[in-house]
Amino acid sequence: MNSVANYFRSLALLELLKGMALTLRYMFAPKVTIRYPEEKTPKSNRFRGLHALRRYPNGEERCIACKLCEAVCPALAITIDSEQRDDGSRRTTRYDIDLFKCIYCGFCEESCPVDSIVETHIHEFHFENRGENVVSKQQLLAIGDRFEQDLAAARRQDAAYR
Amino acid sequence: MNDSLIYLAWTVTKILAIVIPVTISVAMFVYAERKVIGFMHSRMGPNRVGPLGLFQTFADVFKLIMKEVILPTSANRFLFILAPLITLAPALAAWAVIPFSAKMVLTNINAGLLYVLAMTSLGVYGIIIAGWASNSKYAFLGAMRSAAQIVSYEIAMGFALVGVLIAAGSLNLVEIVEAQQGGVWNWFFLPLLPLFVIYFISGVAETNRAPFDVAEGESEIVAGFHVEYSGAPFAVFFLAEYANMILIAALSTTLFAGGWLSPFPALIPDHSLWFFLKTFFFCFLYLWFRSTFPRYRYDQIMRLGWKVFIPITIVWILVVALMVVQQWLWWAP
Repeated sequence: MNSVANYFRSLALLELLKGMALTLRYMFAPKVTIRYPEEKTPKSNRFRGLHALRRYPNGEERCIACKLCEAVCPALAITIDSEQRDDGSRRTTRYDIDLFKCIYCGFCEESCPVDSIVETHIHEFHFENRGENVVSKQQLLAIGDRFEQDLAAARRQDAAYR
Repeated sequence: MNDSLIYLAWTVTKILAIVIPVTISVAMFVYAERKVIGFMHSRMGPNRVGPLGLFQTFADVFKLIMKEVILPTSANRFLFILAPLITLAPALAAWAVIPFSAKMVLTNINAGLLYVLAMTSLGVYGIIIAGWASNSKYAFLGAMRSAAQIVSYEIAMGFALVGVLIAAGSLNLVEIVEAQQGGVWNWFFLPLLPLFVIYFISGVAETNRAPFDVAEGESEIVAGFHVEYSGAPFAVFFLAEYANMILIAALSTTLFAGGWLSPFPALIPDHSLWFFLKTFFFCFLYLWFRSTFPRYRYDQIMRLGWKVFIPITIVWILVVALMVVQQWLWWAP
């Protein structure tokens, strides 16, 4: 008797209609898609993107060529040469990051005693020629100069947790 | 001589007046499919090419036409090129007898229903030939599946049409629609409800659409009968498939949902717009099914066709025949 009832219930296609009601409901539900180039998801202030070298407000570069970042870098992406400047302070003459090797782990940023090497929020960048993947000290400083405001703001926000 | 030329030109004009809108609506249907299924998945669907992504299909079509037509070395060249055309021709030819309104029909022939049945089942030849000519196992498996499936569902579909035939007392599609006059209550989908459901489901199976798309079955046999096709011939298969879907929707409208008749003739007049509206609804059902149901297993498809649909249609044909002969309910004098 039960199987006969089940047979007629399956003929009424109730389960199929239930499924169709569900998909119809979702058709009118709000869409969660972010339309990427126009809309972007919010980024954490700890976001690790393209690198930059920062300066002090008086224009002096922060990096003291301690080479902690070079030592800690798990991908060996950082290459540093240094010498004594005329005023007796130690400074880098070469600070290269190979962005193909870099894994964006943020260890360099953490190890830096003077907050010099940092990672910005830039994640949309590309290279058009061979060799452009190695960014030099000048390029890194330029990036730092350009985004100093944002970098300082992000560091200020995160200061309480560091 | 002059008369026959004018007649020929007039016929060609009429054919173009159907084929071109059908082709354009196929393009719009593909766009609608991606959009509707996207929405049902909580996605946006295409929205980059043109306003709201409306030109997406045209971009795809131009891409396909520009592409190289790859002929597999072991394929039978003649049949390989012929197959998509064989699929497309009946899909478009069947439109000849569809009545858009009482006067708007290309050829108002008496055996319209029979012609439609013949044309819709001819399409399977293209699929079998495509699978055979490709000389590839997946294509061949897809063709075999498709052939078995279409033959099985053809019978249930034929029986459903016999029900319509008994109810309307005519094979002429215009007369079938006119037999449904008198508002939504008199449309055949009510007295023939089981046949209507079976007809539409068989139509979905016949056009190899989800959830009966084992002939393509991306996850099992790559793309089925059209694995080896690329470029323009692939586009032709696509066109034929969607033209067939719209055709089945239009036929369901004509046979079961009163064609161009208004649901409330006292309030709103009959108009061919009703036909398009109802066809649109049935097309939407196709997309709705696709985004809702998972693919049937192959033996389940065969079981459904032979052990469920055919017995039900036979029983309901008897019921309809009784209703007509005894003049019960809808056929009360």
